[in-house]
Amino acid sequence: MEWETVIGLEIHAQLNTVSKIFSGAPTAYGAEPNRQACPVDLGMPGVLPVLNQGAVERAVMLGLAINAEITPRSVFARKNYFYPDLPKGYQISQFELPIVGLGHLDIELEDGTIKRVGVTRAHLEEDAGKSLHEGFEAMTGIDLNRAGTPLIEIVSEPELRSAKEAVAYMKKLHSLVRYLDICDGNMQEGSFRCDANVSVRPKGQTEFGTRAELKNLNSFRFVERAINFEVERQIDLIEGGGSVVQETRLYDPDRDETRSMRSKEEANDYRYFPDPDLLPLVVDHAFIDSVRAKLPELPDAKRARFVEQYGLSDYDAGVLTATREMGDFYEAVAGGCDAPKLAANWVMGDFSAALNRSEVELKDAPVNADGLAGLLARIQDETISGKIAKEVFEAMWNGEGNADAVIEAKGLKQITDTSAIDAIIDDVMASNPQQLEQYRGGKDKLFGFFVGQVMKATQGKANPAQVNERLKAKLDG
Amino acid sequence: MAQETLSGWVRKLQAREISSRELTQLYLDRIERLDPQLNSFITVTAEQALAQADAADARLAKGEQSPLLGVPVAQKDIFCTEGVRTSCGSRMLDPFVSPYNATVVERMNAAGAVMLGKTNMDEFAMGSSNETSFYGPVRNPWDTERVPGGSSGGSAAAVGARLVPGATGTDTGGSIRQPAAFCGITGLKPTYGRVSRYGMIAFASSLDQGGPMAATAEDCGRMLNAMAGFDERDSTSVERPEEDFTAGLEQDLKGLRIGLPTEFFGEAGLDERVRGVIDAAIEVLKGRGAEVREVGLPNSHLSVPAYYVVAPAECSSNLARFDGVRYGYRCENPEDLMDLYTRSRGEGFGDEVKRRIMVGTYVLSAGYYDAYYLKAQKVRRIIADDFRRAFEDVDVLLAPTTPELPFALGAKADPVSMYLSDIYTIAANLAGLPAMSLPAGEIDGLPVGLQLIGNYFDEARLLGVAHQYQQETDWHARVPAAFA
Repeated sequence: MEWETVIGLEIHAQLNTVSKIFSGAPTAYGAEPNRQACPVDLGMPGVLPVLNQGAVERAVMLGLAINAEITPRSVFARKNYFYPDLPKGYQISQFELPIVGLGHLDIELEDGTIKRVGVTRAHLEEDAGKSLHEGFEAMTGIDLNRAGTPLIEIVSEPELRSAKEAVAYMKKLHSLVRYLDICDGNMQEGSFRCDANVSVRPKGQTEFGTRAELKNLNSFRFVERAINFEVERQIDLIEGGGSVVQETRLYDPDRDETRSMRSKEEANDYRYFPDPDLLPLVVDHAFIDSVRAKLPELPDAKRARFVEQYGLSDYDAGVLTATREMGDFYEAVAGGCDAPKLAANWVMGDFSAALNRSEVELKDAPVNADGLAGLLARIQDETISGKIAKEVFEAMWNGEGNADAVIEAKGLKQITDTSAIDAIIDDVMASNPQQLEQYRGGKDKLFGFFVGQVMKATQGKANPAQVNERLKAKLDG
Repeated sequence: MAQETLSGWVRKLQAREISSRELTQLYLDRIERLDPQLNSFITVTAEQALAQADAADARLAKGEQSPLLGVPVAQKDIFCTEGVRTSCGSRMLDPFVSPYNATVVERMNAAGAVMLGKTNMDEFAMGSSNETSFYGPVRNPWDTERVPGGSSGGSAAAVGARLVPGATGTDTGGSIRQPAAFCGITGLKPTYGRVSRYGMIAFASSLDQGGPMAATAEDCGRMLNAMAGFDERDSTSVERPEEDFTAGLEQDLKGLRIGLPTEFFGEAGLDERVRGVIDAAIEVLKGRGAEVREVGLPNSHLSVPAYYVVAPAECSSNLARFDGVRYGYRCENPEDLMDLYTRSRGEGFGDEVKRRIMVGTYVLSAGYYDAYYLKAQKVRRIIADDFRRAFEDVDVLLAPTTPELPFALGAKADPVSMYLSDIYTIAANLAGLPAMSLPAGEIDGLPVGLQLIGNYFDEARLLGVAHQYQQETDWHARVPAAFA
């Protein structure tokens, strides 16, 4: 039987506000346990939440970026359950009336087609603290620094049909939140995490199969592997005469498998009700307009513009707009050297390779956009060849100075003086009489040999076009 | 000496006829001597009070005129007080010392008040007799075999016995007004949102409101001046221009339209003698120029059922934070997490609190939410609409505060009969309206309270009507003989 996979993703993105969603405590990551938790975060008796306007602004920004309806009057609700890292015994979230309603996101499939994926809703909520199970001898430590950190939970429609589509959707959203500068996207620190609802059904069937919810998917790779494992598990189960039960499953990356956490019967009844400590959140047109005015150029628009403005291929434009930083970097390089295609090749080629090799972030790269543009300008004005440029770039990356300084220090300036090139050619011809004779006797292939000899004699610095031209004239002369 | 009102003491302090230290010592002595009969205080903060008094005296010496400068007050033990145990009348918070001050405490401190201590109360403000306190029941100063009402029974008894000139209370379904009536004092529940709830331990967040309890309407106005005001830490607090709640005290009652809600004078268990007291009070107000007419609040019979859905629902969630993990009571030697939760909460909470948590958990559960919680919220709107219509025709509503006289300790073992004690007070909470109780008579040596309910933010008018009544009568000035 042919099976169809049905996936919906719930993505939690941590909003990068300075303070927490309902208190003034800082949100910075990595502080000593419980040093960034004020009485509100600790759930002290009598404390009350006050909504952080910055979190609202970021949620609206996301809503606008996915063409969603912004709910004019959304409501915060309490999700009640007991857990030691949930100080109040409830999480303040949004339930029936989320701030962001129905929207959509376009993703590119492997064959290059564009698929529109519906986003059901996105709502604001507070994060819980962390339970620390190591280092407390059979006890559990509680760190409430993260308690109250603002999150936006973005829920997709069950419209994704493969693990690859799910990853494409997640990457697109990851790129978007970083473009919008509403989330730092750091998946290792948990700033961007994902739960996947996965089910299978016979191809052609319209009803959904029973789904399992996969938790703990904190990398693109895990999302793909967990979904693939789960799809196979479900198909095997059904084909073996069994049936899928609705449950929450945890992905274990070490064993590359999903395991049951709790079934529907064990699931909590969260007893949602509107939080009486918070008034309904009213977002008016003026506020929406003010947020709209702050929206940056979004990835799809930037990509189209790069094709249009810089004459890049759609593929290259896609790569260069994958992150806002990369797009900005590319534009700075292209503008600085006035050679957009050369800039694209270098940014995607040697520069990206160096980033990967050195395992550094773009912002920390030892060669900045000005530096790279300076190098490319020297290729453009033929001071150096593309080949020599690679050597210069390595030196720049190693901190030996800017392009001009390296060229100067290493004496890499291209030889463009015709008489100098002629003199070298003469030398080469004189030292290789045998080859010269063979060439002149009709062995044209030896032309490459002479080019190589000239370049070797100049340590590659001779202008290749000039070498070709002069060599041709002299050999054939 | 102790007959003097809070306002009287303010004048004497300002005139330097007495120092704050002398006054504070006077009341501390009374508490020490007389409170064993009442149990109205959970914690007395004598040392801190004297230090505050000295600071107040220094400010008085400089000619400062803060509204409560140098006056002793007591805080209901539901308000968080930095460095002082804040128990909420519960074993659960018996070990809890608050790391911060409630806004009300902060504001009263800033106004120069001297805190003598924290008053006893029903556990987590759940009760109408003060019998649910972990610290034992409070007794009524007019008859120590009777209850002082609740949940602000400690504050009411302490003021009634003149162990303190003024105290704070909180009112979720009548918890300021009913004990004020039972103890023969004046107490005001302001409009919802008038007084910050920050640092006031939540029972039912959409109903809770802090307010003053003192001998007279003037005292209450003076205290409210210090307590009320917008607080950015409470999202439900209302931003309004500052108001002087004593400004309308001298306003005469000519042309004042008073409405008598028919339903509050009906058959529903109203003691005929209480009714007689209310009728006499109405005559006094008429004599000062007020016009009286009947009005209808046709849905008021739904108040108690709606309240006992909404309040438990909110409390079941509000009290979830008391889990033995971070502060407060923790059971001994928990075996695992579930054991920690169940025993800490099982041992830390009393029966009435558990009863309400269970009811609240039930009404919010999947499958019951619509039938109970949602329906109750609709009833709230209907009740608020009744009031809105009534206030189109009248300025103030007048009714008994409670249907009966203070009852004997242990007399209401059945929870529902206890709940019905608040039958006339709950509606104002559901609608968020300001309401007050003032002493209007005595039956068999026990005080009777008169309730006034005002339109939103009309506290000044309520206080004015009460003050005019108190110009004509002396019920508010009476002190039980054993404490005179």
